[in-house]
Amino acid sequence: MLDQTSNDLHSGEPPLLQTIGLTKRYGDFLANDSISIDIQPKQIHALLGENGAGKSTLVKAIYGLIQPSAGEIRWQGHPIVLSGPSEARRRGIGMVFQHFSLFDNLTVAENVALGLDGRESFKDMSARLEQVSKTYGLPLDPRREVWQLSVGERQRIEIVRALMQDPKFLILDEPTAVLTPQEADQLFTVLERLKAEGRAILYISHKLEEVKRLCDTATILRGGKKVATCNPGLETAASLARMMVGSEIREVKAPADRKTTVPRLVVNDLSLAPGEAHGVRLEHISFELKGGEILGIAGVAGNGQDELFAALSGERLSKDPGTVVIEGIAAGHLSITQRRKLGAAFVPEERLGHGTAPRMKLSENALLTGHAASGMVHHGFIDTAAALNTVDRATETFDVRKAKRDPEAASLSGGNLQKFIVGREILRNPAVLVVSQPTWGVDAGAAAVIRQALLDLATAGAAVLVTSQDLDELAEIADRIAVMFHGRLSAPLATSEATREKLGLLMGGSSLEPKEAAHAVGA
Amino acid sequence: MELVEAIILAVLAASTPLLIAGTGELVTERSGVLNLGVEGMMIVGAACGFAGAWLTGSIFIGALFGIVAGTLMSLIFALMALGLAVNQVATGLALTILGVGLSGLIGAGFVGERITPAIHLAIPGLTDMPLIGRVLFGEDAFVYFSIALVIGVWWFLYRTRAGLILRACGDNHVSAHALGYPVLRIRTFAVMFGGACAGLAGAYLPLAYTPFFIPGMTAGRGWIALALVVFSSWRPGRLVVGAYLFGAVTILQLHAQGWGVGIPSQFMSALPYLATVIVLVLLSRARTGGSTAPAALGTVFVPDR
Repeated sequence: MLDQTSNDLHSGEPPLLQTIGLTKRYGDFLANDSISIDIQPKQIHALLGENGAGKSTLVKAIYGLIQPSAGEIRWQGHPIVLSGPSEARRRGIGMVFQHFSLFDNLTVAENVALGLDGRESFKDMSARLEQVSKTYGLPLDPRREVWQLSVGERQRIEIVRALMQDPKFLILDEPTAVLTPQEADQLFTVLERLKAEGRAILYISHKLEEVKRLCDTATILRGGKKVATCNPGLETAASLARMMVGSEIREVKAPADRKTTVPRLVVNDLSLAPGEAHGVRLEHISFELKGGEILGIAGVAGNGQDELFAALSGERLSKDPGTVVIEGIAAGHLSITQRRKLGAAFVPEERLGHGTAPRMKLSENALLTGHAASGMVHHGFIDTAAALNTVDRATETFDVRKAKRDPEAASLSGGNLQKFIVGREILRNPAVLVVSQPTWGVDAGAAAVIRQALLDLATAGAAVLVTSQDLDELAEIADRIAVMFHGRLSAPLATSEATREKLGLLMGGSSLEPKEAAHAVGA
Repeated sequence: MELVEAIILAVLAASTPLLIAGTGELVTERSGVLNLGVEGMMIVGAACGFAGAWLTGSIFIGALFGIVAGTLMSLIFALMALGLAVNQVATGLALTILGVGLSGLIGAGFVGERITPAIHLAIPGLTDMPLIGRVLFGEDAFVYFSIALVIGVWWFLYRTRAGLILRACGDNHVSAHALGYPVLRIRTFAVMFGGACAGLAGAYLPLAYTPFFIPGMTAGRGWIALALVVFSSWRPGRLVVGAYLFGAVTILQLHAQGWGVGIPSQFMSALPYLATVIVLVLLSRARTGGSTAPAALGTVFVPDR
């Protein structure tokens, strides 16, 4: 059916979906400024852009979740107004969300049923679910509740749910952000097959190599405007990045002579039961991190990285003090403040709400982590000038852009707030820095500043532990990389030996050849 | 034998308003809305229900008055907490304060009046059976209705698509919205159902339990219904257990006091609360894995458009 329509295509036929001058305004802010794109059947069309470029707004309008302020959407040549996602689905538009639209306490089958129009019985739907998941090689157990599933399985639900509507046009919002390299390869096979069946795919990503490999056409957005349409196969990753960012990105340089010194952060056989209902149990985690060294921790989200961060920062205490040793002192039982006094600093993943109190000023936020060990408090009284001074120094050193001297944390953009948070901790000259997802959702310019700062801190003699899902980032700054899976940490590999294949295997829970792993530890 | 039968009848009568109000609140909370105004909606339902029955002489119309009054009260809540996205806890508490005042005003002219209470079922032969006859075949319509209601709600929540959508809204309103479900409209219906049930539960008191109206006659039953919903871990079956258990211990401790058991009466009065909490906590401990509360319960949702 679908194949025929695409074969019937002659040059005069309109595209499957077209936006013409599509504009979305929120108050004074133009999230989408007159964007026109054409999507043809049998095409994988990439939508590229930095965070905040307007990608999500555009696809939400195409999927009927928001109404455009101006411009029109044409479906098979006819102007349409989508009253909501169910109408979009009825017309043949499917979507797989970046932040999954799943219900944790419902079963797989119930989740799928909620994404369909409910015209078939639950039993028929379940049967079709099994058939579709088998056809496309996306195995799922319909009776399990979602909270029990891995991130990759959750994405499978979203994809199967979209496929069950037999869509002509499928939108995927950053589908590989949470997958291991091998899982991503499996996804690409499915997408190629969907394309061969005559469907069109809009593929949102900022992984440029992926886009070059998979996509036929790319539309690039910047600051809410369309800046280019090109064939990504004919571009280089650097030229695509230049179009996304609008300028050259400063390259991160690792200093040539970085010397490792004494062990500053040692973790010995750390095991910890999860603190909340659906948490991960940490099992026998051990590593040693010397001064001057950056250790990267890779892994798919939800494999215990958050729990490890909490155990290192002192948000969760360990019964055995010796499990976490900071600067030679057993600290497993010490509070966050006591660990800070030993010279440790912590940057959590969540910027607003964990890293900062959103409605408090930057100076107050500086005080919240610096009160114990950086001279901003005297005899219990706040030294306002010293706190403001910290903000000024962080602003200057890390190029934090903000509207006034001391604004509320929530008013800063993600990249600028992250630069402030990392800067706030680095200015304390920590001996140990534990940082989680340092450049998550941060624009490329700010990401380069932050990575350089982490390298400089290590060069100055600190021990740095970086948790990240971005393998390229770890390859760029880390000396060694270990992988977390199901609460266990693999033996670290030297970065030069940590190929994507090896890391991918570890991220999926396979172990490397014993010989090879032993070799890596020795390195 | 006479005494046992009398006790069982009293237990059913004491439990019914808790069961009706709790079932309504359970549906409201399953949609993700925490309406703490159950007590306020009940007491207005009681005043309006009595007024309706006294003016028309019909218990049925009185019950309808109670349902409509409770629904109108819940619409105030829906307007504030859903339409204007005001904090649900504050709105619910305000609704109770409003309800207590309003019921005093409505009921002022009816204090001291009497009506003929709801008639009980009488099937010759069956109702006369010893012990179980009156328990099974001699209740008033409210009792039978409350049991049908809770079965209906169970079937709705777990066996229909509409019930699945309602539970989905309570689990994750962002996802439900992203899939195109009208979260606020669904929640408004759930709140209205909760209000209707609370109004009916309130009306039960002057229409069947005691045939007259006194201000403040709900005496905290709305709060108990709220607590029962939490301790039943939002499951209709456990709500039935909780409501009847609470009613049973309430009646039994009264009899125990009458028999002169040497335990301070204050402790005996606290017993129903204690017993219900302990049993329901034990029940919910037995469940393995998964969270029990609707994940989106009590959180404000404003869809972006």
